[in-house]
Amino acid sequence: MLNRRIVPCLDVRDGQVVKGVRFRDHVVVGGIVELALRYRDEGADELVFYDITASPEGRRVDRDWVERVAREIDIPFCVAGGIRSVGDAREVLHAGADKVSINSPALERPALVGEIADAFGVQCVVVGIDSLRDDDGEWRVRQYTGDPSKTKALRKRTLDWIDEVQALGAGEIVLNCMGTDGVRRGYDIEQLREARQRCRVPLVASGGAGTSHHFFEVFREADVDAALAASVFHSGEIAIPVLKRELRARGIEVRA
Amino acid sequence: MRVVLVDAGGTNIGSVRYALQRLGTDAELTSDAARIRAATHVILPGVGAAAPGMRRLREAGLVDVLRGLTQPVLGVCLGMQLLCERSEEGDTECLGVVPATVRRFDDMPGLRVPHMGWNGLSREREHPLTTGLDEGDTAYFVHSYMVPSGDYTLASSDHGVLFSAMVASGNFMGMQFHPERSAGVGARLLRNFLSL
Repeated sequence: MLNRRIVPCLDVRDGQVVKGVRFRDHVVVGGIVELALRYRDEGADELVFYDITASPEGRRVDRDWVERVAREIDIPFCVAGGIRSVGDAREVLHAGADKVSINSPALERPALVGEIADAFGVQCVVVGIDSLRDDDGEWRVRQYTGDPSKTKALRKRTLDWIDEVQALGAGEIVLNCMGTDGVRRGYDIEQLREARQRCRVPLVASGGAGTSHHFFEVFREADVDAALAASVFHSGEIAIPVLKRELRARGIEVRA
Repeated sequence: MRVVLVDAGGTNIGSVRYALQRLGTDAELTSDAARIRAATHVILPGVGAAAPGMRRLREAGLVDVLRGLTQPVLGVCLGMQLLCERSEEGDTECLGVVPATVRRFDDMPGLRVPHMGWNGLSREREHPLTTGLDEGDTAYFVHSYMVPSGDYTLASSDHGVLFSAMVASGNFMGMQFHPERSAGVGARLLRNFLSL
């Protein structure tokens, strides 16, 4: 049986791992390779490195640390942020990343999803979606969320975009529910369940983890393949070995 | 020991090379026929689709070179699929050294394709490549096409259907998962290959 994955997300800014609340007020958490090794040792199933400044500033992910991570760790990792072309994706994949995640650039030019899938296979194309519920009750996509002053609310409905990116060649979708992100009151089960209905490819829940119970809940209630979190892991509030023991005891299959 | 990684443009070549370095083995990356023939161990990595993968091997003049090898050869992920006779992916003729046809995972309700993540490995037959593999061991998979179970299956995994996680046919072996990204289990299996 395919195990559910626990995925720490490392927001990278200027070569260090940072964390902010609701995408604001970033503080330094630690070094990239040092944290990658810590999470590998603790039993993380995969890592996501997200260069939160790359997309709004129109610059690319610096490749040096990707290669350093690839040399050191023996679990898969994905790199997100500022990947705008097949060339950008190639650079990151050849440096040793297993997947690339595209978010704002896919909204700028959806064909990019298919171009990367054609060049390297759908398995390495992750589409990240930042989603927030509007006053009319619809979830809609946000763009350039790395910088609050540049964040744009789009008319595109999140669920439509999920259909669209799968048709284009997305091999996995990370749905970041901005309404629950950073406040640790649990994942957005309602939205993730809706997304699951639309999603044939693996779905990764993001935004809202505060307790081990939230992980149990999102796997059981929203049937997601993986759950991503940052601050609860960085702060040590949730230790991955303890989390996995609890999930296993409650019938969720996770890697030992 | 002289280990070579066949350079056919796959994107995981770097990762496989680093994994071997972590085991103390510096593998040469090459597409040179003579160097491949002279190696003690040959690894064919690969990520992406079957047709472009075979096209790159043909363009590099390596199809007959690989078919004719007698030393231990390990295909990883797409590399394992390329060892088979054919792949349904792009209806591609492959190297034909493992008697199997690569198929897509069937559309089944609730079955996620690509098969992505950590899945269990069940040993199907004794082989030096699976030494030390324990019940409950998992490896990291990322693929949409699979090699069905057969006499060549060393270990299987379950994703809606039992399929080959590891294969061996004579000196040709394969791992569908990514040993370079499968933590301690992957390192163990790579070490097994290097000790053949």
